[in-house]
Amino acid sequence: MGVCRTFDEINEKIRQGKVVVVTAEEAVAMVREVGVKEAARQVDVVTTGTFGAMCSSGIYFNFGHSSPRIKATHVWLNGVPAYGGVAAVDAFLGATALPENDPLNSSHPGEFRYGGGHVIHDLVAGKPVRLRAIGYGTDCYPRREIETTVTIHDLNEVVLFNMRNAYQNYNCAVNLGSRTIYTYMGILKPHLGNAHYSTSGQLSPLLKDPFLRTIGVGTRIFLGGGVGYVAWNGTQHAPRVEPGPVEGSIVAAGGTLSVLGDLKQMQPRWLVGASILGYGATLFVGIGVPIPVLDEEIMYYASLPDDKLFAPVVDYGEDYPARRSRTLALVSYAELKSGKITLMGKKVPTAPMSSYAGAREIATILKEWIAKGTFLLTEPVQPLPGPQTQVVLNTLEIKEG
Amino acid sequence: MAPTSKIVLRFPASIADKPMIYYLVKDFGLMVNIIKANINPHKEGTMVLELSGGRYQEGIEYLRRQGVIVQPLSEQIVRNEHRCIHCGACTAICPAGALYIDRPSMEVRFDDDACVVCQLCTRACPVRAMEVSF
Ligand code: SF4
Ligand code: SF4
Repeated sequence: MGVCRTFDEINEKIRQGKVVVVTAEEAVAMVREVGVKEAARQVDVVTTGTFGAMCSSGIYFNFGHSSPRIKATHVWLNGVPAYGGVAAVDAFLGATALPENDPLNSSHPGEFRYGGGHVIHDLVAGKPVRLRAIGYGTDCYPRREIETTVTIHDLNEVVLFNMRNAYQNYNCAVNLGSRTIYTYMGILKPHLGNAHYSTSGQLSPLLKDPFLRTIGVGTRIFLGGGVGYVAWNGTQHAPRVEPGPVEGSIVAAGGTLSVLGDLKQMQPRWLVGASILGYGATLFVGIGVPIPVLDEEIMYYASLPDDKLFAPVVDYGEDYPARRSRTLALVSYAELKSGKITLMGKKVPTAPMSSYAGAREIATILKEWIAKGTFLLTEPVQPLPGPQTQVVLNTLEIKEG
Repeated sequence: MAPTSKIVLRFPASIADKPMIYYLVKDFGLMVNIIKANINPHKEGTMVLELSGGRYQEGIEYLRRQGVIVQPLSEQIVRNEHRCIHCGACTAICPAGALYIDRPSMEVRFDDDACVVCQLCTRACPVRAMEVSF
């Protein structure tokens, strides 16, 4: 596993226009043809991508001081509430926030037509957005109410800041119950009527560097069509890598990223507001992470194909809501992507919840940026806790009194 | 003679093998033109029929008694190509196979000839790319 190259050497090649970049999909094909050793020798960077609904996303923003000034305690954008419990004209808008008058699930399944994710999309698309804010009035901030229209250009900072994105791996969701359920994994028909999964498999960022050897604090990434950075590990970060059911396969789980970037240079195409029937509003976020091929081991994992990457099948009818951890089966992304899996003796149609076509496009765009010399790689200033740290997530036990 | 009308039928797998069309013709004197049919003994089936003549209302009542969901076909479904992000969330929901994944591109295709206008996708699509046009 001899060292092939360093971050600095790769960046030097990027500057000179001599870098060799392939997408993770291309890396799979290449390794199949020439083997890991040779592929690691030739390739400097492997790009990954994912484009799925990521609820723990949001923006923080500063909307500038009015005359007279206001210390806003409650803020709304297009009727969607933002958190105002920070300084006078700062606020945070979460992707799943909903207007107070949304009917929610009162007529189940609710539609959740417009929420925080939609506001973020409208802002990044340059559309005018209605800003409303109220405050209680102080000597230094006498105004009590503001109502006006703003665009992203009128605001000072608008930073996409996502607490948890890019899940390393995710459940394949099924429903063993006897009624249709409406979940964040889509509409699940009763009695194993369908199976929904939600990662881009062989293109998925944290599946391609499962030990988090190259991705850490400060890693520059593709975020929402622009450039962003890994800020920290995501919430609920608990990476695991275990051997899968077939030779050379892995079941990875639990690693997540917290990411941020300037919303003003992102694109509406890669930040799309979404309404998940019966569940809520959210945001589709496009993320692409470059993996520097520092040695053969990194190339080995970056080139693992769909049939070597496995996902656990979980019942969302009863097990998931009750927090019962039971894995019904392990299935590979190759099986999931084929459109059908066999579970408990039954043929079950599968469907993705995240866009594989979008993931591929992101990996390709990132590849072009690097090849053109406009995107340099960054060495993490601090690693994220890897699988070897065996992080165990706390659960919440409800105490009396 | 009653006017011609187009209807959409959706029925569970358990009744897919009943000769319902036969009874529509024989017992209710209807003229039946099958425009689309998507029947599979193991899953929900769908059919678009054009009915004319006979005892229309009674025929519809009969279908409903068998457990068939009957809706008029007055609309069309179109996909807003700009909106669709090819996530795939609609593909296992569409009962007619009109929304499906093309492999290996993994892009989602919409075949409007196969669509039976059940409108399930209009709510299942997270970005509201499937629209009803009248
Ligand atoms: S309306 Fe939508 S879900 Fe229903 S058949 Fe047509 S495409 Fe499929
Ligand atoms: S659910 Fe909507 S966005 Fe997703 S593939 Fe279907 S039509 Fe396109």
